[in-house]
Amino acid sequence: MSQVYKSLSIANPDTLSWSPLQKLTSAIGIAGLTILIAATFGVTFPNATAWLIASLGLMTVGVVSFSYVTYLQQPAGIKNNNIWHDRISSRGISAWVAGVAITAFYIVLYQYPQVLGLGSDGAANTGLVALFDPLSQWIKGVPASQWFVYGTLYTLAIIIFGIRYIWKYRHNKYQVLRTISVMFFQTGFAFLIPELMEGLNKSTYNKWFDKDMKNMWPLDYDFFFDWHWEGMISNGSIGLFMLILGIAMIFFISPLLTYLYGKRWYCSWVCGCGGLAETAGDPFRQLSDKSLKAWKIERWVIHLVLVFVTIMTIAVLYTQMGNNPEQYWLTRDMFAIGISILLLGVIGLVYYLKDKHPDLQQDAGKIIMGVLAVIVAILLINYFIGSGNAFFIDAYSLRSAYGFYIGAIFSGIIGVGFYPLMGSRVWCRYGCPMAGLLGLQQKFFSRFRITTNGGQCISCGNCSTYCEMGIDVRSYAQKGQNIVRASCVGCGVCAAVCPRGVLRLENGSDDIYEKTLDIRVDGVRLSE
Amino acid sequence: MKIIIIGNGISGITAARYIRKLSDHEITVISSESAHHYSRPALMYMYMGHMRYVDTKPYEDHFWTKNRISLLQDHVTEIDYQQKTLSTKGLNAPMPYDKLIIAVGSMPNKFGWPGQDLKGVGGFYSLQDLEQIEAYSKGLKRAVVVGGGLIGIELAEMYHSRHIPVTMIVRESSYWENVLPAEESAMITRHIQSRGIDLRLGVNLGEIIDDGSGTACAVTVKETGERIDCGYVGLTAGVRPNVDWLKSSDLHIEKGIVVNHHLETSIPDVYAIGDCAQITEPVSGRRAIEAVWYTGRMMGQTVAKNICGVTTAYDPGIWFNSAKFIDIEYQVYGDVPTNPVDGISSIYWEHPDGEQSVRILYRSDTQVVTGFNLMGIRFRHEVCEKWLRDQATIEAVMSRLELAHFDPEFYQRHYEDIMAVYRQQTGSSITAKPSRGLNRVLQFLKA
Repeated sequence: MSQVYKSLSIANPDTLSWSPLQKLTSAIGIAGLTILIAATFGVTFPNATAWLIASLGLMTVGVVSFSYVTYLQQPAGIKNNNIWHDRISSRGISAWVAGVAITAFYIVLYQYPQVLGLGSDGAANTGLVALFDPLSQWIKGVPASQWFVYGTLYTLAIIIFGIRYIWKYRHNKYQVLRTISVMFFQTGFAFLIPELMEGLNKSTYNKWFDKDMKNMWPLDYDFFFDWHWEGMISNGSIGLFMLILGIAMIFFISPLLTYLYGKRWYCSWVCGCGGLAETAGDPFRQLSDKSLKAWKIERWVIHLVLVFVTIMTIAVLYTQMGNNPEQYWLTRDMFAIGISILLLGVIGLVYYLKDKHPDLQQDAGKIIMGVLAVIVAILLINYFIGSGNAFFIDAYSLRSAYGFYIGAIFSGIIGVGFYPLMGSRVWCRYGCPMAGLLGLQQKFFSRFRITTNGGQCISCGNCSTYCEMGIDVRSYAQKGQNIVRASCVGCGVCAAVCPRGVLRLENGSDDIYEKTLDIRVDGVRLSE
Repeated sequence: MKIIIIGNGISGITAARYIRKLSDHEITVISSESAHHYSRPALMYMYMGHMRYVDTKPYEDHFWTKNRISLLQDHVTEIDYQQKTLSTKGLNAPMPYDKLIIAVGSMPNKFGWPGQDLKGVGGFYSLQDLEQIEAYSKGLKRAVVVGGGLIGIELAEMYHSRHIPVTMIVRESSYWENVLPAEESAMITRHIQSRGIDLRLGVNLGEIIDDGSGTACAVTVKETGERIDCGYVGLTAGVRPNVDWLKSSDLHIEKGIVVNHHLETSIPDVYAIGDCAQITEPVSGRRAIEAVWYTGRMMGQTVAKNICGVTTAYDPGIWFNSAKFIDIEYQVYGDVPTNPVDGISSIYWEHPDGEQSVRILYRSDTQVVTGFNLMGIRFRHEVCEKWLRDQATIEAVMSRLELAHFDPEFYQRHYEDIMAVYRQQTGSSITAKPSRGLNRVLQFLKA
């Protein structure tokens, strides 16, 4: 018996070997990557433009042709054969190598950009960053930074692995459209428009602000920071537009879309982090932990990050208010009172919903109300004692702690570096405050749910296995219960891989507060 | 009260879970196959590398302790119905019970083929079968699958996923034609062939040839005498109740263990459920033995109620089933006869690509809809069931067919085309009523 488990587990001795064409095409991609690695380790290329084109070109050709021979030469349909027999997708040796390499890249990117060749104090770039200088010059007329390198590679990854994903799921129109959407938003909104705008308006370098229109607080945690605020205000109509849009996204656009369609409108259709997870991260989606324990950890961690970013942002804003009393119409008084009213409003909403939503009657509701009440109390105490701090702590240290621990380590290093070991959505599942916030809206106030098709579930486990967010979808499906989970990003893969057609992503307002109550008694209808 | 359940498949486990829900009785589940319940239909996905064994377990291991359901991996050798005890290979002393539930499932059919007990020959039912299939897969040049049913095609697909050439020997002249109507059967036949699987129709297995060491090395085709060299022979010509080991006892056994509609056997306090049970008086239109996942689950629930004092007759409700033939999903609701039946009309629409179809059956006189057969299209179970239960007419169903829509978002909808077939066939001038969206479905179901 134990042999069965062993031979079919990640330690399977008969790991799959790739076909000659798959080996050839992956070698082409690795050749392109090798140029980047060589540049990082100090190899100076005489003609940066040619080598950059060669590198990006080889990676593109490698991934696209690999996907072509792997998927497009096969009939359309679910393509999960041998995933647990392949080292890269089953935490084998190549997965560990990839995990360590990506993690190392992120550490260098965030902490030691000079290693990548970023020239400091006006010195010319060298190494990897210098390789990207021609592209940066062409797009916006200045030398590259490490962030330009990162943005370019990130966008390229979403595009080429997006093509792979579209071919893999070409029988499923939901998957195809969703992937075109994340490719579009990454290429246009996150990369081209911001970079071109900066090229057209070089004055914005001194007072930089984020020009990615789909980025919003709290994922964009520095939106309210003084320097970002300054950047937007001092940059004319474009800056003002971004400011107004940013506020509108947080308070109007995002809640409305989440109400209508669930958080998927953002997490798996628009978001850049989600975009990378859905494309480059797709080979690793089955590695997410589905245990009850992991779910418990997830709920604590993600909501603590949300509380952290809320407190940090309030503290930063409160401190900033005092700095320029004549410059802003919004004063510290107004802000302290205003934010208290807003948070009390949220408490009121939770209280109102708790009779309708069984989950809120348990711990969740009490915790949300408790935490918000404490924030309001501390804020008001500090306000009335006239302290410059909102929460007894210096706002600057709060914000640098958040930037370092959450912004860099969690979202980048762990979030992407651990793809091959913990699945593609580590950041989205455990860390992203945006996902946390949209998740609360989705759970308690959205038309979205995944419905179960009567009694057709055979408990096979494909849905749970391929859920990148680690939701045990099967535990609901086999009961005949709808799936309404805060973490669900609506990627639709559970419904795609189900061999019995049991799951469907849907929106409906008719039963918005009772959408999980319709249990079909284990999928069985019994007459008494 | 101490309850012992033999078998940890879906029937036995559903019984255990419901007994726990309804009572505080002591529950022990005995299985020699596996330490924990796993999903039998997922066996194929383990081989194909879609899932690991651990992924096929519907409940985490701590579930059983938490719910005080004792699991024993052991093999029951004898049951003493007088003393109300049972003996196992592993236990020294007999184990007493107050109520016994036999849920031991099926075993693959063997029809006395020469060579059927050689090494390198086996069915595909259990983890042990899978282990053997896995062991013989290394360096395998060709496999032969005997039988054209649901398990046969699974096994063929498994080998196909590892690029192992496979030959299917199928008695019928078209795939699963003893269950599927002709058009659907033809569709799946085409689909199997399009995948490069060597499908031999209308032929039987002659014999399995010994390579001299007691291992199979080839089969012959009975009708033609053709020899097909192979390294493994999968026997998937259906299953029968796993009751041979019980036959020397007083238990009334025919094909399966005979039970009444309360799932009680001929011996007091002994129940039988799932594949191994044979219902004495099945409800009309249903078979005495139905070896499918869904009925096993219903029997598990029913027996739990009966044991816990809620007397409940087994009622499997309206027939439904589903499967997936390589890349084509299949769903059925209600009665779908294999051949045309007098008095039953059939509306059949097939997509030009030949991989999707919808068939709706109804009584020619009363116009009442009696069945749905779907290929490559998902319909909503609750909606179809309500139509069948409420005896909706074909016009009522046709005009609101989109209520049953369950394909993923953005998929092409074919309801106009289906309705066109109906109009053409009947001369009706029916038009569609608004039926799109979940809200309309909820309103329909709650009405």
